Amino acid sequence: MSARRFHHPDTTGVFTFSADTESQIAWWETKYPAERRQSAVIPALWVAQKQNGGWLSEPALRAVADRLGMSYIRVYEVATFYTMFNLEPVGKFHLQVCGTTPCMLRGAEKLKSVCERKIGPKGKPSSGGTFSWVEVECLGACVNAPMVQINDYYYEDLSVETLEQIIEDLAAGLNPAPGPYVKRQTSAPEGSPTSLTDPSLYDGSRASPLSSIPGAPASEGGKGA
Amino acid sequence: MLLDKDRIFTNLYGREDWRLEAARRRGAWNSTRELMQFGPEWICDQIKASGLRGRGGAGFPTGLKWTFMPKTVGARPHYLVVNADESEPGTCKDRDIMRHDPHLLIEGCLIASFAMRAHACYIYLRGEYIYERETLEAAIREAYEAGLVGKNACGSGWDFDIYCHHGAGAYICGEETALLESLEGKKGQPRLKPPFPANAGLYGCPTTVNNVESIAVAPTILRRGASWFAGFGRPNNAGTKVFCISGHVERPCNVEEEMSIPLRTLIEEHCGGVVGGWGNLKAIIPGGSSVPLIPKEICDTVLMDFDALRDVKSGLGTAAVIVMDKSTDIVKAIARIGYFYKHESCGQCTPCREGTGWMWRVLERMARGESETSEIDMLLDVASQVEGHTICALGDAAAWPVQGLIRHFRHEIEERIVNYRTGRPHVPGASLAAE
Repeated sequence: MSARRFHHPDTTGVFTFSADTESQIAWWETKYPAERRQSAVIPALWVAQKQNGGWLSEPALRAVADRLGMSYIRVYEVATFYTMFNLEPVGKFHLQVCGTTPCMLRGAEKLKSVCERKIGPKGKPSSGGTFSWVEVECLGACVNAPMVQINDYYYEDLSVETLEQIIEDLAAGLNPAPGPYVKRQTSAPEGSPTSLTDPSLYDGSRASPLSSIPGAPASEGGKGA
Repeated sequence: MLLDKDRIFTNLYGREDWRLEAARRRGAWNSTRELMQFGPEWICDQIKASGLRGRGGAGFPTGLKWTFMPKTVGARPHYLVVNADESEPGTCKDRDIMRHDPHLLIEGCLIASFAMRAHACYIYLRGEYIYERETLEAAIREAYEAGLVGKNACGSGWDFDIYCHHGAGAYICGEETALLESLEGKKGQPRLKPPFPANAGLYGCPTTVNNVESIAVAPTILRRGASWFAGFGRPNNAGTKVFCISGHVERPCNVEEEMSIPLRTLIEEHCGGVVGGWGNLKAIIPGGSSVPLIPKEICDTVLMDFDALRDVKSGLGTAAVIVMDKSTDIVKAIARIGYFYKHESCGQCTPCREGTGWMWRVLERMARGESETSEIDMLLDVASQVEGHTICALGDAAAWPVQGLIRHFRHEIEERIVNYRTGRPHVPGASLAAE
């Protein structure tokens, strides 16, 4: 298991939800039965983390606990269990390099070296706090390996050169687009397509009402196929 | 080879718009009310007859699972929970369904919920899938506005609410009871079974947990008929399936294909073959990181289905094919999988919490050759003591890749140990033993 603890000394401050965070938490709460507000704890921690610059301080954890009527320890448990909750400050751009086998096979180790060279040691925000990076476990974009999640979105099919460029662009205040960095559409194979080329799939013919329901019970008005 | 006209996910790559209007043109939400008119039993019978087996890894018959829910709704409401916590290394198929064909999933949720007499459905996405969640939320809003879900969904008389929920980075939440714990706002630690979720699941109520793909194929199966779906693949392995092919192939991709397609055909037709040609293949993990790898000799002829892969002591799992060519350091590749399981163990059961770390540390040493040959059997021994001795299957999932490695590549580990020792006057073997 991954043992995670609070490290940061900020334990005494006060954390107040912004109006936006509060309205988002209230929206999440509506999704669950009234007596099950605790279900909203993960989404609530996530929006609190967003408000707090990408990490959760102890005051923020307590604010979420108070907001959802939970004891502090239950929220601490959740925050330390789930690895997307950062318990220490992160950079403005937080890079999560997928290091699991499918990405490793296609060069994730080189991407880690790029991060080390351009940002610094793993887990420590760079000077000025612009960047931080960590290695994470499978992010579920394996056919677009190797890949990196930067803040919310996936940057895929990366190489040493493209990742370096992305980091430089971010540092220069540009806004590099997420998605694959080789010439392909999302998870489709590069080059000419091997499937889904039949135009009749897209001409609307599939939207015409069914003349009969296959396997329909024969007794029900003779609609059987 | 599957023809385009028989593919269910016609927007797998997002070439077309995912929104409602375009999804309808591709056939989503076509005659949904008519599909619901014969009642829940009829739907369950059709899904059973189609031979659909769960697409999340275990391969349990989906229609049968649906019938485990109580036939009448008592004091406790029924729930459908969709497992979109896709985290098995190698697997990225549900992601494409959610970001490119979300309406097929939402329609499937309505039909499956109706078949199980559930008025509410939660879709649990992994926390990292933020774009996918934004898309799915938007698609759900469209469905509400069009009256497809909500009160009297599709004019069927059935009230149905659907909600997106998300996790925050924990592989274990893909295990159904851990997912339910997480959805209740707790740490994702699996529950002991029984009671099974169909009796006491979410909030203690009857619940069925299904994979995204299993649910998303249901409406098309009903529209085109159980026998149409059952016509693909060998008996007991019916249907079409989204395969994810990653690793050392020329053109990695997701593709929907027929079940029981030969592994070699899948790779050569859709992925441009193995890097350096088929002869350069070393081994393949055919169903996501938890299934044992198979060496080239088996890959030459094996079919991609539940039974064929079980017969070669591996498994179809999530159909995530991880290809490794001859340049691969196979011990290191499996050691990295060992690290994954060590990282993702929830810590609840001792054999898994301690065993996954122990296996990883030994594998790391073996990858360097810094080991003894007797430790290979010790590792196998420990793997078999983890397997089957934990509340959930994560312990098994951690043991199987190790067993597969030793079954097929023991000689390579031994060679490495010999090479490491060659030229070293003294190797402090015993002191290396795992902490």
